[in-house]
Amino acid sequence: MKTSLSRMLASQGGVPVSRREALRRSVYGSAGLLLMEPFRLAAAPGTGAIPLEGGQITEGKARSVIQVWLWGGPCHIDTFDPKPEAGRAFTGALDQSIETNVSGIRIGQLLPNLAGMADKYALIRGMTHGNNGHETAAYLVQTGRTSERDVFPGSGAVVSYFKGYDAGYEGLIPPYIVLTEPQGRFSEAGFLGPRFKPFATGGDPNGKVFAVEGIISPGITEEHQRARRNLLGNLNTLGGALPGNAAIKTVVDSEDQAYELILGDSGKLFDLGQENDEMRDRYGRNTFGQSCLMARRLVEKGVPYITINYKGWDTHKQHFQIMNRKLPELDQGLAALLGDLDGKGLLDTTIVWCTGEFGRTPKVATESPWNGGRHHFGAAFSCLLAGGGFKGGQVLGATNATGEEVAERPAYPADVIGSIYRQMGIPSDAPLPHPQGVPTKVVPDAAEGVPMAGLLDELI
Amino acid sequence: MNGRGLRFLMVLAILAVCGQGRAENPVFESGPFVVPPAAEPTASDRIDQLVLEQLHELNLKPANLCSDAVFLRRAFLTTIGTLPTEEEARDFLASEDEAKRAVVIERLLDRPEYADYWAMKWGDLLRVKAEFPIKLWPNAVQAYHHWIRSSIESNKPYHHFVQELLVGNGSNFRVGQVNFYRAMQDRTPRGIAATVALTFMGERADQWPERKLDAMAGFFAHVAYKPTAEWKEEIVYFDPNADEEGLAAGAIFPDGTPVTVDPAKGDPRALFATWLLRPENPYFTRTITNRVWAWLMGRGIVEEPDDFRPDNPPSNPQLLEFLQQEFIDSRCDMKHLFRVILNSRTFQLSSIPAQDTPEAVANFAHYPLRRIEAEVLIDAINQITGTTEEYSSPIPEPFTFVPDDVRSIALSDGSITSSFLELYGRPPRDTGFESERSRNTTPAQRLHLLNSSHIQKKIEACPLVAGADELSPEERGDLVERGYLTILSRYPTKDEIAVALSHAEEAGVSGRTFANDLVWAVLNQPEFYFNH
Repeated sequence: MKTSLSRMLASQGGVPVSRREALRRSVYGSAGLLLMEPFRLAAAPGTGAIPLEGGQITEGKARSVIQVWLWGGPCHIDTFDPKPEAGRAFTGALDQSIETNVSGIRIGQLLPNLAGMADKYALIRGMTHGNNGHETAAYLVQTGRTSERDVFPGSGAVVSYFKGYDAGYEGLIPPYIVLTEPQGRFSEAGFLGPRFKPFATGGDPNGKVFAVEGIISPGITEEHQRARRNLLGNLNTLGGALPGNAAIKTVVDSEDQAYELILGDSGKLFDLGQENDEMRDRYGRNTFGQSCLMARRLVEKGVPYITINYKGWDTHKQHFQIMNRKLPELDQGLAALLGDLDGKGLLDTTIVWCTGEFGRTPKVATESPWNGGRHHFGAAFSCLLAGGGFKGGQVLGATNATGEEVAERPAYPADVIGSIYRQMGIPSDAPLPHPQGVPTKVVPDAAEGVPMAGLLDELI
Repeated sequence: MNGRGLRFLMVLAILAVCGQGRAENPVFESGPFVVPPAAEPTASDRIDQLVLEQLHELNLKPANLCSDAVFLRRAFLTTIGTLPTEEEARDFLASEDEAKRAVVIERLLDRPEYADYWAMKWGDLLRVKAEFPIKLWPNAVQAYHHWIRSSIESNKPYHHFVQELLVGNGSNFRVGQVNFYRAMQDRTPRGIAATVALTFMGERADQWPERKLDAMAGFFAHVAYKPTAEWKEEIVYFDPNADEEGLAAGAIFPDGTPVTVDPAKGDPRALFATWLLRPENPYFTRTITNRVWAWLMGRGIVEEPDDFRPDNPPSNPQLLEFLQQEFIDSRCDMKHLFRVILNSRTFQLSSIPAQDTPEAVANFAHYPLRRIEAEVLIDAINQITGTTEEYSSPIPEPFTFVPDDVRSIALSDGSITSSFLELYGRPPRDTGFESERSRNTTPAQRLHLLNSSHIQKKIEACPLVAGADELSPEERGDLVERGYLTILSRYPTKDEIAVALSHAEEAGVSGRTFANDLVWAVLNQPEFYFNH
């Protein structure tokens, strides 16, 4: 295995440039996934269409999932599991916790809006998997799997598989959307294949125009779009020579659908200008806040899975400076989202979960070159879970006095994902189409050797 | 050919001329499909005769031959996965050399893109891809791809190519071809046998009786793998003690020929290779000749080309037999097989059908429309617009970065991150099935070409657009011509020029905006999107 040392080194010097670069490079053009074919592709021949056996999919208490993904790993003791008694060696400057509106539950001092609504969400404080590498931990948290032999799909792809086009989901808006950039180093769809990858919007919802990749082309007016479309049709010489040709008809039909998004009503969903200023301010005028607002609009349209890929939590250096900037943003956006969903009666049917791939070392790294940073920490971290039938005002599990070990009710990634699936009407033994036909369930069982401590029955 | 056959063909030719009830379309067509009588017909003539005879028997009419412009574009896209440049199109269309089509074919077979493009195709079938957490490591992918590409570049006789793949031993970082055994999804003896059957015998072992697969598995029961001190390196080797199940004792060749396998005397894979690679073994020659036919003609004589079964017979058995014999006589010379097919009139038929029926398609009465492959499509767009792609693979650290002058058809690794390539059907390279590569058309693909920032930025950078600040009406006409030659490899028609110029008036666009609209509109034509 690669050592965590090499990863730590990678995060300090020149190497992170390549990481950012790689992420940047993987971003463009994911318009691709918009308008995925809303029907099942033929199974690969020779794979022998194995009848899949297992639990039946039902409607479920929840209809949609919003995953607020804190890429890089937020520190649990600065957020949902504060440890003011552990001393400054652990708390650093963030040495206060604040009372929430649920007696006995306290959270980090930079989250006052969330503190005012703790009755709406549960906090899982015993999250653990012990893995300190970004890719492997991100894979673990979002697939629940540890397999080295197969590439499993993440929860968004799984929900899209069971609740997307093959399950009667309709419309031009894809069933699995990422705001705004894909994760890059994590194959979201795994063996389910590219059809179940998320549509990444690109653009910036906080920009003047939210230039959703493929739908909004800044600089081309609607009128000009229409003129171009005419020109396109008038130059179709091959189409004229091949009347009735099935391949060309497919192109023309596909074009009609594409223009429904470019010029028709479907594309308006992404126009945040349709929300009033007060609402936009409430979420925070920043990319994360407006992404939360966009997520709410997508939920209203019935999109089953939305990931907000919120970057910037990998704080080996300048941790506290960055937290002072980011936590208020997280607090405002997430609290607005939960409050707004609740106010619109959507929280009962919408699951919101917020975590990263791991926590961060509770003990502050004060030595050079970190000078007050926190490193990767997979042994213990926290997850916020709300809506969709999960009870609010709850704390599940606990860490020890310094936040370094899980002391009570551990929860492994598969426990959380499996519980989310169950609320979505996807039972743990629902079958996944393994590429070699190996019987595979959405939630691993003991035989697979994946550590689990049980679904989160306490929160139902 | 005897005199009777010759007369028969001449009658056919006359029928073909008279049979077309409509005027020829000069953009796409150039005269009837006729095989002129010759004292000694060439191999390409023989193909045409066999196709025409079959069409006649089925009472089907052939399409006309395609125009020079269609031929050039088709020959480039089919042979080297690359679009002709504006200059190449102008030169070819202006040439009065009667043999100019044959000359182009020879040149294409010698170009480096030939090796790139066919290494890509073989990369699909041989599953060349780094993946986390399974499959090959990037070092192995590089070695594997290098071996495949240089085999193609040197036109290694095909039976040698297969021999080396089947009996390879050694480090998968150093001996590229051993990755054939490393990159299989199922590395049990039965899994290996099934992969060999698919790849080189064109059969799907899941259709076989169980004992047939067990019997073939016996030849692969001594393939073993061991790690080395180097991270992720593996040695593929022959281990005389590996056969735990005792499969080797039951080994029988797939055609039923009995054999005694004694691992003490040597690697049973060599026995299998010797059986498979005899010229008279039909499994071997039928599979590769049918594959090449399918690659060039858009459809196999047996379709799909990796699905030979008694109940899936060839649409033209004589044609397949002829190709097999021609291939054997040339000592398995791949370029020879390409040359013979590409020079046939059958390859050079127009895509405008005389009758648009499944039967006509299955019997090669016209050339089918095929959406160009993901890698070829993006390379073509980059060539037109003078832009490049940035490719990297995040699997594993340290990341692989691909220099930006590497074309997409030359990418070695199927794991290179690209949402474009995925969208347009690049295969996952998991199973080795031909059908893994998708050539379908989806609304998402249309949306991307029509309106994504990725494509829009390329069009803005296109020299035809970036250099079009001020255009007089006459210069607009020139721009239309250059646009058509660059994108569709042909001159625009008068009608097309008129449509483009009136768009400028009606939409009130000029300069760069006009050029942008034009390049965008031509680039989004089905004529660009398909190899037709």
